[in-house]
Amino acid sequence: MIVADRKPFDEILNSIKDYKRIILMGCGGCVTICFSGGRKAVEILASEIKIAGNKINREINIIEYTPERQCEYEFIDEYKKDIESCEAILSLACGVGVQAMVERFPDKIIIPSLNTKFMGYPVEHALWEERCAGCGDCVLEWTGGVCPIARCAKKLLNGPCGGSSDGKCEVGKDNDCAWQLIYNRLEKIGKLDNLRKNRGPKDWRTSTNKGQRKIKFEEAML
Amino acid sequence: MKSGSKLEKVLSAGNFAVTSEIGPPKNANAESIKKKAEYFIGKVDGANFTDNQTAIVRLSSIAAAAISLSCGVEPIVQMVCRDRNRIALQSDILGAAALGIKNILCLSGDHQEFGNHPESKNVFDIDSIQLIALMKKMRDEKKFLCEDEIKNNEPRIFIGAVANPFADPFEYRVLRLEKKINAGADFIQTQCVFDLEKFEKWMNLVVKQGLHKRIYILAGLTPVRSARALHYMKNEVAGMSIPDSLIKRMESAKEPKEEGVKICIEMIERLKKIEGISGIHLMPIGWESITPVIVERAGLLPRPIV
Repeated sequence: MIVADRKPFDEILNSIKDYKRIILMGCGGCVTICFSGGRKAVEILASEIKIAGNKINREINIIEYTPERQCEYEFIDEYKKDIESCEAILSLACGVGVQAMVERFPDKIIIPSLNTKFMGYPVEHALWEERCAGCGDCVLEWTGGVCPIARCAKKLLNGPCGGSSDGKCEVGKDNDCAWQLIYNRLEKIGKLDNLRKNRGPKDWRTSTNKGQRKIKFEEAML
Repeated sequence: MKSGSKLEKVLSAGNFAVTSEIGPPKNANAESIKKKAEYFIGKVDGANFTDNQTAIVRLSSIAAAAISLSCGVEPIVQMVCRDRNRIALQSDILGAAALGIKNILCLSGDHQEFGNHPESKNVFDIDSIQLIALMKKMRDEKKFLCEDEIKNNEPRIFIGAVANPFADPFEYRVLRLEKKINAGADFIQTQCVFDLEKFEKWMNLVVKQGLHKRIYILAGLTPVRSARALHYMKNEVAGMSIPDSLIKRMESAKEPKEEGVKICIEMIERLKKIEGISGIHLMPIGWESITPVIVERAGLLPRPIV
């Protein structure tokens, strides 16, 4: 899932200072699961904005919506009428949702209120960790299912650097050394031999270096 | 000869090699490089020039090495994967060779989080092992990474790499050394040795695998000026092993600088006796003037003329 985090409140408030009629548009997808953009998050942010507005005697009309997903036209089209008549939309979706809104309603002001962070999952309640960098050429088969692209600060492909200490990464000691995890896992499944082979330079063309990427599913095209 | 570098000649003739290190300045002062290089004339077989170490911006290692050459000190250019992609790395290898540089040391590079531009984007297009293989390919196959031919004047480089016997997982460290040898490294400089016991354990495994016969290993050493420096390395630098006995010895020393030099010389004596060690690499971290003193007092002068 995509994991996002709310922007600092002052930044959000400043970004809507010119508007009085606003839609807070949440998303029922990933950001609901990570508490940053679901129905509840919309309610909380709306209250905070109203309270802040009252303090400076500024009336702000807020409509709250949370479509099933903000990143698909069919879900956001439901709110077309209100969207057309408001001044601005404050989106509580990931960057994908924000841009779907922009492309569907090109005349409207769409403002993000989240910082989209990474692809990951909750490893425990209320704790999400990154697991995939979307490099487009998966290496998990030979790394024992631990991704060095997403989890090693240097994206190394040939084992840990000298900064691996007691299983931790020197760059952020809260983080496990990805290569220690890879080593442990391969040892467990009897595949340490995977680490003997010298891995050549990665083909980054499948990653973000050519700009936007596309996937076409020919069979399903209309 | 792979490169014809002085270091290669010294090592291949079976001499106990001595290299040391110069950190380029944080400005454009060529004189400061010359001054530091002068300490090394006739005292070492090669001088490393660090590449923006700890991710702090400094004068380019290749430029500093070119200045060193003009002073008569053979440079070993450090090259890290943090700041350049494969295009820039290959370009700089050609440029370095054209300037007369014959030794290059390949490293991943300290992460920018530790430097003075932590907000920067890192590159790490290739890793240090891939950089070694790339350099060997340019030298021996006369090809760029993409397979395009280097028609003539291929870079003749003596390829260096590093090893840290003190980082984790310990069991993987020998295997990683072997990967570097297989990639084409000609010599190794290790992380600074303070914990001789652990180092000996690592070297035992290296010798057991016969790796010392396939590569020259230079043991890294750092002369320390105070117990504080040891505390700092123990607590702040990952992948360092510093015995408490050493810290105590420095703490109780009346003249800590002299004690640091003595420790370094004793270490050299013991390292010389370890099977598979081909030389030492002194990393004085800003205290370049101590290098000739240590080399002399350790009985490593005169340096062989090759």
